Amino acid sequence: MSTLAITPDLIAQHQLTEPEYQKIVAILGREPNYTELGIFSVMWSEHCSYKSSRLHLKKLPTRGKLVVQGPGENAGIIDAGGGYVIAFKIESHNHPSFIEPFQGAATGVGGILRDIFTMGARPIAVLDSLRFGPLDDPRAGARNRRILEGVVAGIAHYGNCFGVPTVGGECIFERGYNGNPLVNVFALGVAKKEDICYARAAGVGNPVIYVGAKTGRDGIHGASMASAEFTEESKQKRPNVQVGDPFLEKLLLEACLEAMQTGAIVGIQDMGAAGLTCSTCEMGSRGGTGIEIELDLVPQRETGMTPYEIMLSESQERMLLVAEHGREDEVFRVFRKWGLDAVAIGRVTDDGLLRVRHHGRIVAEIPNRELADEAPLYDRPHIPSPARPFAPSPAQHEIEPTAALHALLSSADICSKRYIWEQYDYQVRTNTIAGPGADAAIVRIKEIGVSVAMSLDGNGRYCYLSPHEGAMLAVAECCRNLATVGAHPVAATNCLNFGNPERPEIMGQIVEAIEGMAEACRFFETPITGGNVSLYNETLGEGIYPTPVLGIVGLLGTAAPLTKDFKASGRAVMLLGGMGDCDETRFGGTEYAKVIMRELWGLPPALDMDYEKLVHGAMREIIAAGLAESAHDLSDGGLAVAAAECCFGPAGIGAALALESDLRPEWLLFHEGPSRILLSTAQPEAVAQIAARHGVEAPRVGVTMEARLEIRNRNAVLVSAEVEKLRATYEGALEAQLRA
Amino acid sequence: MKFGVIVFPGSNCDHDAWYAVNRNLGQPAEFIWHDADTLGDIDAVILPGGFAHGDYLRCGAIAKFSPVMRAVRQFAEDGGPVLGICNGFQVLVEAGLLPGALVRNRNLKFICREVRLRTETTHSAFTAAAEVGQVLRMPIAHGEGCYYSDERTLDELEAEDRVAFRYVENPNGSLRDIAGILNARRNVMGLMPHPERATEPLMGSSDGLVIFRSMVMAAQPVALAQ
Repeated sequence: MSTLAITPDLIAQHQLTEPEYQKIVAILGREPNYTELGIFSVMWSEHCSYKSSRLHLKKLPTRGKLVVQGPGENAGIIDAGGGYVIAFKIESHNHPSFIEPFQGAATGVGGILRDIFTMGARPIAVLDSLRFGPLDDPRAGARNRRILEGVVAGIAHYGNCFGVPTVGGECIFERGYNGNPLVNVFALGVAKKEDICYARAAGVGNPVIYVGAKTGRDGIHGASMASAEFTEESKQKRPNVQVGDPFLEKLLLEACLEAMQTGAIVGIQDMGAAGLTCSTCEMGSRGGTGIEIELDLVPQRETGMTPYEIMLSESQERMLLVAEHGREDEVFRVFRKWGLDAVAIGRVTDDGLLRVRHHGRIVAEIPNRELADEAPLYDRPHIPSPARPFAPSPAQHEIEPTAALHALLSSADICSKRYIWEQYDYQVRTNTIAGPGADAAIVRIKEIGVSVAMSLDGNGRYCYLSPHEGAMLAVAECCRNLATVGAHPVAATNCLNFGNPERPEIMGQIVEAIEGMAEACRFFETPITGGNVSLYNETLGEGIYPTPVLGIVGLLGTAAPLTKDFKASGRAVMLLGGMGDCDETRFGGTEYAKVIMRELWGLPPALDMDYEKLVHGAMREIIAAGLAESAHDLSDGGLAVAAAECCFGPAGIGAALALESDLRPEWLLFHEGPSRILLSTAQPEAVAQIAARHGVEAPRVGVTMEARLEIRNRNAVLVSAEVEKLRATYEGALEAQLRA
Repeated sequence: MKFGVIVFPGSNCDHDAWYAVNRNLGQPAEFIWHDADTLGDIDAVILPGGFAHGDYLRCGAIAKFSPVMRAVRQFAEDGGPVLGICNGFQVLVEAGLLPGALVRNRNLKFICREVRLRTETTHSAFTAAAEVGQVLRMPIAHGEGCYYSDERTLDELEAEDRVAFRYVENPNGSLRDIAGILNARRNVMGLMPHPERATEPLMGSSDGLVIFRSMVMAAQPVALAQ
């Protein structure tokens, strides 16, 4: 196969352009052979090289006083104090999850977990950000339901068996995701600071060791598949999706962490996208060294595999490590204990080349640095995102508010996701302080009395209206979620999901979203320590909403969590941040506009970052003073939905809210203006004092009571409902839609 | 009282059991690797939750062949207390130390949820510190937790007072709401819910401690008397 002639057709099949091919020829000083062409094509795919986004990703802030490791490694690392660090990252597995939902999602979890324990950290939390097409879509509903069931079962299968709790996430439905579901998985692990491992090949003569599953023909060109649009033929790519084995991954985790303790490991990297190719050349590139391997030594589960296939296979649950020469046996002993293959397949050299032999013959010889780091870089043309003006007729607003509240609570975006998260083991390792359904998930680090709060957020509708403001709102919402549970945000990871970057309007979305994110992350002091870009999320020319997803982590002392539900009747209800403001333009991106009016227009809610930050500071101080009995941030569905959600605790405590506002009723109840947190307290004066000191409004909007939710404005009753009726709507909606 | 926590390669609640016993109960605990031939100087065995050998076959079907299970069987025959939690319960059933089988949940899905258990007997090393009828809150987290056996065995379990716990609201279709059972000698118990996940307020419940306290009491009759 290595002698296969390199024709323009073959180059095009590898999704390489003519100039890219010429660059390969220039680097090698000769024509590549077939194996080398395959190696370049995966390393220079959009998925591995970020060739369309790299230029703009540089705008993101990456430094902070707690950042131990920023972008460029398998995961970012933050100092958690007490000699411990946390490693975390988010990654997408969108394309495979559309083609084969169960395995696509399962291997997405597997991939990000390996990224974490590769750094020497034990995974202690997973969160998922999911996007699907509408479950009741007239054309694609049945398929969307099947994809959701498959994705959720896949995540559960992998995470539950591996033994990491899935503690939170989000799940949103839009037509644009009909042919392009998004599966973004965030994982976080914990390690002692001195145990951090890096993915660098150092020490000439050191052995390169392959561990874990045998290599098969699965997943060949997965990275390239994830770098193209879907067409009618995409189903034929099913063999490109890998199959996951969470038990094997669990063995790999334990064996790797134990092997690292021997001190004999110099560098380690998982084999994810682009498999053996990526792990060898990236470790060599980072270490400034060469790597030479003999493919005959690679454990294989199929016979007759070609060098091309072995190098490009994306078989799961494999790691590559460099050990100290002479101490190989210490490493092998650990892997034998766990019943895993561990084989020296090569060594570190000083010539900077990735040299691949097969039956002793050289089948590829490529400079590591050029292959890994000198991928083409494109400044793709981009145009500003257009305004989306629209003036709905006032008649469209005319729906009785209590009915509107029921409609929103039963909408797929807002309703309880219990059906999903009860399939996840969200408690294993007994660190979960706040699990699914909380504003932010919290897991404790038992050793140091510190907990980590985590929130994922992204709003495709907001970003469609304004990529810049939408991205900023996602950062603000994550930080608000963390503040609502009392945590200080410290760092972020991002997953940038967009359509085809070769279209200038899509490239415009990417640039604007990154710039908005950069501005907000700088402002909230949450540097981006790593992440993932997923482009070409298009099927038959229909793209997704621009969907940048933020994952932000914060730290707080380990203690009983502040939860969102009202605890007792007779308590004051306060709206920290105030009533917010809204107008026709800013109402067009709300869930009300989507669910009730079936429209999308204007701009997302207006964000004042200075004020937002003041609200967070006030909230943390209120919590620290022990004044709040409950707190819940306002987001999708605005004040009315947030108030209802606060009623759904074990006791079913409701509230009577009496508002004084000139806003139109549906704006007052359902606008999604940020910087607002609904809390209940037995000491409203003390809360008001703290809020005033921070320059934050905190009107008393009502009082908690038994069993009913009532919202009045001046003397008009807007909402009046039994809590248990609202709860039934909220809890039953998702399963009802899946059974349709 | 020294607890031994058996570690199969795919055990993933082994640390949790250790933490519950050692930190929240204040008793010594150690891990025992699955290919050990002997248990050492321990006073009680815990078979923890997880996926012992991946459980791609029936849960626990391979674990029963692990060398350590011979030692566990001997330990039980000698009267030592053996507690199987979740996957540990599945292993005990596969190994024949407890009757019946655990099959897929009625809804065919993994369920993680807090449940309420009713204590059915205090006549055992695992429930002596509880009261009959006492309701305990603790989570379940399993895909195959539906307890199943033939009618005769179920009748026998009930007649011999060997149903230790029943679900107040049956989450998984278990016959006769059974959540945990005892062997005839009452020194081996398997239960699907996770008492180790309910051993301190931060976990949401401390009700699981009563099971571990019972084990300590049973081993130290003097302490019981005091």
